[in-house]
Amino acid sequence: MEHIVIIGNGISGVTLARHIRKLSDKKITIVSAETDYFFSRTALMYIYMGHMKFEHTQPYENWFWKKNRIELKKGYVKQVETETKTLHFAEGDSLKYDKLVIATGSKPNKFGWPGQDLNGVMGMYHKQDLDNLEKHAPNNTVCKRAVIVGGGLIGIEFAEMLNSRNIPVTFLVRESSFWNGVLPEGESEMINRHIKSHHIDLRLSTNLKEIKSDENGNVKSVIIEETGEELDCNVVGLTAGVTPNIDFLKTSKIELGRGVKVNRFLETNIPDVYAIGDCAEQHEAIGNRRPIEAVWYTGRMMGEVLAQTICGNKMAYNPGHWFNSAKFLDIEYQTYGWVFGERGRPDYETHFHWKHKDDTKCITVAYHKDTNEFLGINTFGIRMRHKVFDRWLTEKRDVDYVMHHLSEANFDPEFYSKFENDILQTYTNQLQTA
Amino acid sequence: MSLAKPDALDISNKQKVALAVGVIGLFILVLALFNTNFPNKAAFLTLSIGLIIGGIVVYSRAFYLNKLEGIKNDGVWFKSISSRGVWGWIVGVILTTFYIVLYFFPKYLGLGTDGEANTGLISLFDPLSQLLSGRNASQWFVYGTLYTVAILAFGYKFILKYRHNRYQQLRTVSVMFFQLGFAFLIPEFMYVMNNDLPYYDLKSIWPLNYYIFDEWSVKGFLSSGNIGLALLIFGILSIFVITPILTYKYGKRWYCSWVCGCGGLAETAGDSFRQLSSKKMYAWKIERWLIHVVLVFSVVMTTAVVYTYLGYDKNDFWLTRGVFISLVIGLLSLVFAATMIFKRKELAKDAKYGAISFFTVIAFLLIMHFTSTTDHLFYIKAGALRAAYGIYIGSIFSGVIGTGFYPILGNRSWCRFGCPMAAILGFQQRLFSKFRITTNGGQCISCGNCSTYCEMGIDVRAYAQKGENIVRSSCVGCGICSAVCPRGVLKLENDGMKGRINSNDVLLGNDVDLMDFVNQK
Repeated sequence: MEHIVIIGNGISGVTLARHIRKLSDKKITIVSAETDYFFSRTALMYIYMGHMKFEHTQPYENWFWKKNRIELKKGYVKQVETETKTLHFAEGDSLKYDKLVIATGSKPNKFGWPGQDLNGVMGMYHKQDLDNLEKHAPNNTVCKRAVIVGGGLIGIEFAEMLNSRNIPVTFLVRESSFWNGVLPEGESEMINRHIKSHHIDLRLSTNLKEIKSDENGNVKSVIIEETGEELDCNVVGLTAGVTPNIDFLKTSKIELGRGVKVNRFLETNIPDVYAIGDCAEQHEAIGNRRPIEAVWYTGRMMGEVLAQTICGNKMAYNPGHWFNSAKFLDIEYQTYGWVFGERGRPDYETHFHWKHKDDTKCITVAYHKDTNEFLGINTFGIRMRHKVFDRWLTEKRDVDYVMHHLSEANFDPEFYSKFENDILQTYTNQLQTA
Repeated sequence: MSLAKPDALDISNKQKVALAVGVIGLFILVLALFNTNFPNKAAFLTLSIGLIIGGIVVYSRAFYLNKLEGIKNDGVWFKSISSRGVWGWIVGVILTTFYIVLYFFPKYLGLGTDGEANTGLISLFDPLSQLLSGRNASQWFVYGTLYTVAILAFGYKFILKYRHNRYQQLRTVSVMFFQLGFAFLIPEFMYVMNNDLPYYDLKSIWPLNYYIFDEWSVKGFLSSGNIGLALLIFGILSIFVITPILTYKYGKRWYCSWVCGCGGLAETAGDSFRQLSSKKMYAWKIERWLIHVVLVFSVVMTTAVVYTYLGYDKNDFWLTRGVFISLVIGLLSLVFAATMIFKRKELAKDAKYGAISFFTVIAFLLIMHFTSTTDHLFYIKAGALRAAYGIYIGSIFSGVIGTGFYPILGNRSWCRFGCPMAAILGFQQRLFSKFRITTNGGQCISCGNCSTYCEMGIDVRAYAQKGENIVRSSCVGCGICSAVCPRGVLKLENDGMKGRINSNDVLLGNDVDLMDFVNQK
């Protein structure tokens, strides 16, 4: 029986294993050094905040794996020997495979800041990061202040976590406005104000110079590049993006770029070795997507596709319309199709922006300035239907159609106030004045 | 236990004062329980209830109003009370003891027997009862008053907690209204108008209201003229006509989380415990068996009770035992046949269990009819069956375990494992209702907030992460899964019957061809 070994028990690897089991009787082993069982990485924040316990973040009960004949192996892969199809573990043992899938995800970026390896400096990605945070910041007497470096999705979640335990947070963001590499101006600025309204000390256009240590090797303070200001703190969160977690492959023959290089079939240069999820890097980007997509959904989708290929129905990774979501403190965010911020926005892309006067809801609709084709939408504080936007994007609807039918896409709970009329009115007024 | 954990969320001074105020209010009740003879009972009762409500209101305002609108679950699993810590167990034990005394030893609460005056706690409530209905209080009046106070005060807290969510607010106002009006005030006023009428909470429907068809109850209705007859007819229509129509249109939530008193308490005072309901597979298996066994028990019990007091011949009334038993068997057969004809496929292998139960009940009823003597059915008295139901289901299951165990089993263990009304509504909801929880394409991140905060123990995530709609008989439509979802994935909806249950994976994101392959079974 063919033995499929998957390194990594995150969403990509586990989705792959589940789908292989649905399609075949192959022997499946999932290897992980992080945890015994699959958990939802995106939910780590809720454990620290006390919304859930760790067990609640596990989508499958512990009996699930045995019942579905998915073997779980806890161990750290030190070396991959593709000639003999063998994995060597740091613990000293080894494992043979027939097909190998690398699904090891990411690790937090570190840009060589002085002091970046001190006690109390951490990312927020692995289960171990959470344990580390619990140790260094159990409450606001042990941790009197925390500094977060890097204004992305993980950064704001990290700030929300610490805020939930009343630990003062200073949030250093390199850009002039939060996440404005991705979000258009109006949205990004609304989120700036929302962050501040939660009493988080947001510092825009601010970089970290170095992290200072006390006599025991613990974090004592950080120095800010621009002003030289020294901020006392006990925890530093490094959330300036992630990189593929593939150092263990450097000695192997597998072709690496920033990630594991794969073709559209998620195959590496070595036969019977594949890579999926955050750690996979496409030779050429697909559409507007990045070559490395470090997103929950794309990891899941790659797992679904590769299961088909491994079970004999060779299939390319061919993702549909882009979508994503996040939550910025109390404001939910969803996106369908492409809406670009300042950076990388194509010339033809034009925006319509509407913001509610309460400053917690807004939308941005992107469309083609010549053809009026609807390109995508960002929505904040209003839930919208994936299915409807997916259909409109496929049908290549124009922006007028979308604006007039926006209520079809509303996904807010019953009895919520509706804003479609207000949005449409703003839209029509803008057309008249433009 | 949780007390040992560093509680990161200290309460403010204002909250401490509010807590103290509420505890003093409760302490007056405790003093009364130990027979302190208050000089002016009306004043002390008012003071006590005022302090309790005031304490909860001030505490909630201090807790929620200084924060921005949003989900307020920070520290739920760190607080001893809401994570089965020491305080959780203490409250559980106090509640359970209270229920045991209430149901089985009301004399310890001060209930006067054989015409004696009330003493202790119950006598403290005499002035209020006199004011409302001109009679002295009973243990049920005391219980009803405290129950209503709990729903109103904690309802207010819940409304503040979800002040960004109008579905939650309206639903809570609704349960507060039905509790205060229908369960508490109207029955008292009905007594004033006509004191032959049995206590009747109009919104409490058979089989939840298991005593409505008891002989004393029916006689009470029938001896109270047209109004009594109208109420009895309303009681019958409630379960056979009104309930199916509303459940078809809105799902069982119209009752369970908008109207019902048990649901009302669970959603307000019990809200802090919703995360404690077990989501494990074995809990679901126990649930399915237990709730249907209780349903069968209640149907058989009620039939036997009614059967017993019906006459043999047509002399006094057209409804004889023969006619009655035929009606019951006819109705059950109709429901069974309709289900098997139209919904056979949806039930899959559960159809077998359904068929077995159906024929068992029918056989039971027939044997009962042909072997019974004047007062013995199966050689046991229907009265004994009724008494057993009253003690084990009506009192122990719904009260002692259902509410007393809130801090241990979660706030809906009666609704989930025992309530026969929930079983009937759930059956309708699963097979014949426009209600469902829609999932939003591929947006689920499997975080688990929805499952954790489902009070009915439904593993919502298991559906959401596959893009399946949630159509479950146990769902009471509280809407909390939708509220706590950080990605806007869940929405409670009433829509057409077609495509309501989509058991195929419909995740969006990948190209369409792949999804065709994924859905090949």
